Amino acid sequence: MNFETIIGLEVHVELKTKSKIFSPSPNAFGDDPNSNVNPIDLGYPGVLPVLNEEAVNYAMTAAMALNCDIATDTKFDRKNYFYPDNPKAYQISQFDQPIGENGYIEIEVNGETKRIGITRLHLEEDAGKLTHGDDGYSLVDYNRQGTPLVEIVSEPDIRTPEEAYAYLEKLRNLIQFTGVSDVKMQEGSLRCDANISLRPYGQDEFGVKTELKNLNSFNFVQKGLEFEEKRQEKVLRQGGEMLQETRRYDEKTKETVLMRVKEGSDDYRYFPEPDLIPLYIDEDWKQRVREAIPELPDSRRHRYVHDLGLDEYDASVLTNTKEMSDFFEATIEHGADAKQATNWLMGDISAYMNKQQLELNELPITPEALTKMVDLIEEGTLSSKLAKKVVTELVQNGGDPEQIVKDKGLVQISDENQLREIITGILDNNEQSIEDYKNGKDKALGFLVGQVMKETKGQANPPMVNKIILEEMDKR
Amino acid sequence: MSVLDLSIKQLQEKLNNQDVTVTELVQAVYDRIRETDDEIQAFVTLNEENALNEAKALDEANSNDQLLPLFGMPIGIKDNIVTKGIRTTCSSQILSNLDDPLYDATVVQKLSEAKAINIGKLNMDEFAMGSSTENSSMQSTRNPWNTDYVPGGSSGGSAAAVAAGQVPFALGSDTGGSVRQPASYCGVVGMKPTYGRVSRFGLVAFASSLDQIGPLTRTVEDNARILEVIAGQDKMDSTSANVEVPNYSDALTGNVNGLKIAVPKEYFGDGVDENVQARVRQALSILEQQGATWEEVSLPHSEYAVATYYMIASSEASANLARFDGVRYGQRAENAEDMMDMFKKSRSEGFGEEVKRRIMLGTFALSSGYYDAYYKKAQQVRTLIKQDFDQIFENYDVVIGPTAPTTAFKVGDQIDDPLTMYANDIMTIPVNLAGVPGISVPCGFHPENDMPVGLQIIGKHFDEATVYKVAHAYEQATDHHKQQPQLGGAKS
Amino acid sequence: MSKISKDQVKHVADLARLAISEKEAEKYSEQLSAIIDFSEQLNELDTTNVEPTTHVLDMKNVMRADEPKDWISKEDALKNAPDQKDGQFRVPSILD
Repeated sequence: MNFETIIGLEVHVELKTKSKIFSPSPNAFGDDPNSNVNPIDLGYPGVLPVLNEEAVNYAMTAAMALNCDIATDTKFDRKNYFYPDNPKAYQISQFDQPIGENGYIEIEVNGETKRIGITRLHLEEDAGKLTHGDDGYSLVDYNRQGTPLVEIVSEPDIRTPEEAYAYLEKLRNLIQFTGVSDVKMQEGSLRCDANISLRPYGQDEFGVKTELKNLNSFNFVQKGLEFEEKRQEKVLRQGGEMLQETRRYDEKTKETVLMRVKEGSDDYRYFPEPDLIPLYIDEDWKQRVREAIPELPDSRRHRYVHDLGLDEYDASVLTNTKEMSDFFEATIEHGADAKQATNWLMGDISAYMNKQQLELNELPITPEALTKMVDLIEEGTLSSKLAKKVVTELVQNGGDPEQIVKDKGLVQISDENQLREIITGILDNNEQSIEDYKNGKDKALGFLVGQVMKETKGQANPPMVNKIILEEMDKR
Repeated sequence: MSVLDLSIKQLQEKLNNQDVTVTELVQAVYDRIRETDDEIQAFVTLNEENALNEAKALDEANSNDQLLPLFGMPIGIKDNIVTKGIRTTCSSQILSNLDDPLYDATVVQKLSEAKAINIGKLNMDEFAMGSSTENSSMQSTRNPWNTDYVPGGSSGGSAAAVAAGQVPFALGSDTGGSVRQPASYCGVVGMKPTYGRVSRFGLVAFASSLDQIGPLTRTVEDNARILEVIAGQDKMDSTSANVEVPNYSDALTGNVNGLKIAVPKEYFGDGVDENVQARVRQALSILEQQGATWEEVSLPHSEYAVATYYMIASSEASANLARFDGVRYGQRAENAEDMMDMFKKSRSEGFGEEVKRRIMLGTFALSSGYYDAYYKKAQQVRTLIKQDFDQIFENYDVVIGPTAPTTAFKVGDQIDDPLTMYANDIMTIPVNLAGVPGISVPCGFHPENDMPVGLQIIGKHFDEATVYKVAHAYEQATDHHKQQPQLGGAKS
Repeated sequence: MSKISKDQVKHVADLARLAISEKEAEKYSEQLSAIIDFSEQLNELDTTNVEPTTHVLDMKNVMRADEPKDWISKEDALKNAPDQKDGQFRVPSILD
């Protein structure tokens, strides 16, 4: 018997509004514990939530990017559970009227496009952060409490761990381009839980699922699902019974570990939040939000290929992150040649980012600087070879390419008279090479060019050097 | 006659004429509390030092401040209204150590801006759950008219303090009658404004969709003056309404000529004391003499109000009171084995019987498999009850009936049987469910026990002005509000 | 025969994080059953097609602008904490 794998993903994305969803505390990451809290966040007696309009706009934006239908009537509900990081012992969330429903995203796996359904996207508040000590105590920091959060639940359409990875990449990509979230897993602004079950091919009902937690990177999601796929298959093949389990992925052992067996479903006692007024989202409001959404990656990719003449691969790499794509577009706007800019971004600049583990926006290089550098190459002031030195300087220290070229003496020598003088001198000292060239040894030309470059510390304009050497040799 | 027997208007005249200083007034308040509160037990926390400092500052203040609507007026605050720097307990063990709740409720801020002086915090049934103020974990407040009797509840401390002349005004909160019923039992004026009229920000939530803060005073005019100050939309409370607050004192014309009164037959049923009924009928004839007309009507879903209320209020309360978990503030039980144990022990030790019973009921009504049958059903019946009022108000200006089926009962008499206790609220609860305003005004005394009877006047959404007008016209035609209880021989 | 059994009472107490003794479970079973019995009268009413009332006033879209405001200090945040350590609230751990 062969088994089919069924995977559904639950993704939480923090929205980067300036203030929290239900209180005016600053919404910031990485501050001192309990420094961005107020009585509302702490669930003090008597406090009331007031909804941040921008959180609604951001949630609608995310829902639109994921092709969801946007609710016209929506509201908030209380989800009741006790936990020290949940200060009111209820989370304000959305139960039966999520802001977005029936969405989808398209992924590409092995060259094929597949559509993954999105059941719902709803808006809620994030909880504080509980850190477990080993002394029998835990510590709570409520800075994160009240950060606006969207929960995105996929349909069980995903069939392989690889597809799960592709889904997450695409989801992150889309949300990132909308600008409503940093979608950084390492900072917790994107978090993922996975549900996985197996069933014999041809069977309609789903098997018993396992919920996977503690998945701290897309890679671990895929690894965890791969492990779980094998584990479940083994249990089923041995005639065992699957229990509804919550399991944790252990990054060290690369295995999933049982946390608890679920009995029945959790009883969250949802009921409509009496402290918040229902939302009515009319067409005007939807239109306003839709119009404010920046161009999404698919559209940009299409434009790069068809309007700018890039090849598919380059276009897709450039649209992998919003930063790269925005940077690229800014250089084009400043007048840089699209292919040149692409080559530098995907080549030396990306190599440096990978090596240093830095994001593009953490580098001092600006789109203006890259444009100028490309221009210097085009007008012949800078050789491609020397430009590598300039770009190294730009990614490390930033600055103005013209100034760098001047300071480091990297200006290309394109003055014909100056070059002819140098070349004449070199030809005078290399009679043998002229002889060899005339006898059909093409290599000799390369040697002579090398001598010129050596003499000029690489600054000579290569095509001109070639041309002048040939002219001078002809004269002899 | 003591300065404490004067109305806001009279007091302000005296202050203006410098017959009395704010400090003297505030001092008189604390003297009176010291004389009477051993017997009454209305206050759980006094704000004496701050109040006297504020009084001194006001006495030295420039004359412009004297134009502020409540300049120098002493006021008591129910202990479920949050006061920065002043202990706020809701008369519960679980908050008994909340010495500084960090912020002021919006109403407290508004009172302070109007230059009223917060005298202290008043006793109540724990988390406003109860009708007698016996469910306080602090003390049992007594009715100033006869200290063998309860003052009603849950704002029993507020009603008793005003009736005993300790403070001329107090704030209470009303979820199912908690301002009006104690006002009725203590012979004072108590207003439950329209839901959304007064900000709930800083009112410790019992049932969020029903709770409203309201003033308790000796006269209708004073009541209107307090509401003018505390009413209005608040950015911190999404459920507060964007409806202009009229000048309520202007509505007190005494003219009820042509007013149409609806008298629901359901408010004169079997459980309603005959002498209470008689007092209310007499009130109606007084209004009739002034040119109003009344007709008997039916609010057919009234009999379902109590059950509806207990489902909705308990469900909301079960969530509202979940935050008291011993993590960030309040009592935490000692010697907890782990997190779960800490939650359970802190809550079980911190909450009293009635609170636990309602949390249990609400948790059950919301739990999986029961939500539709109990909570949702109750919300649907709430719609029907609201529609009853909508229909009546198409043809009538106000609804009038008794505030409570009986006068105050004796301490210890009713606490054991929750259902009997809940039935007490049968005429106040529909008002909260419909969200309309209702007032209780003194309506004479019961001939057998000499305890006060309350007349309830209910109005349309945001039409407190008409409610006040009718209450004032009736009050001015009687002298009930001039009666004062004799306390321990200390009466001036 | 109680409508709400002692076992149900215990489950509800667990959800509400209340510790109750056998005796209390017994008492709650009786009292809650009586209240539930009493509320069964609501079933006399046909509420098909009746909208539930969550908000008694008909309002929509009450929101605030996205403007951060400072309010209390970090010290005040921890002022009433029953237990704290290193600027955080301290609680007993979950027992695994």
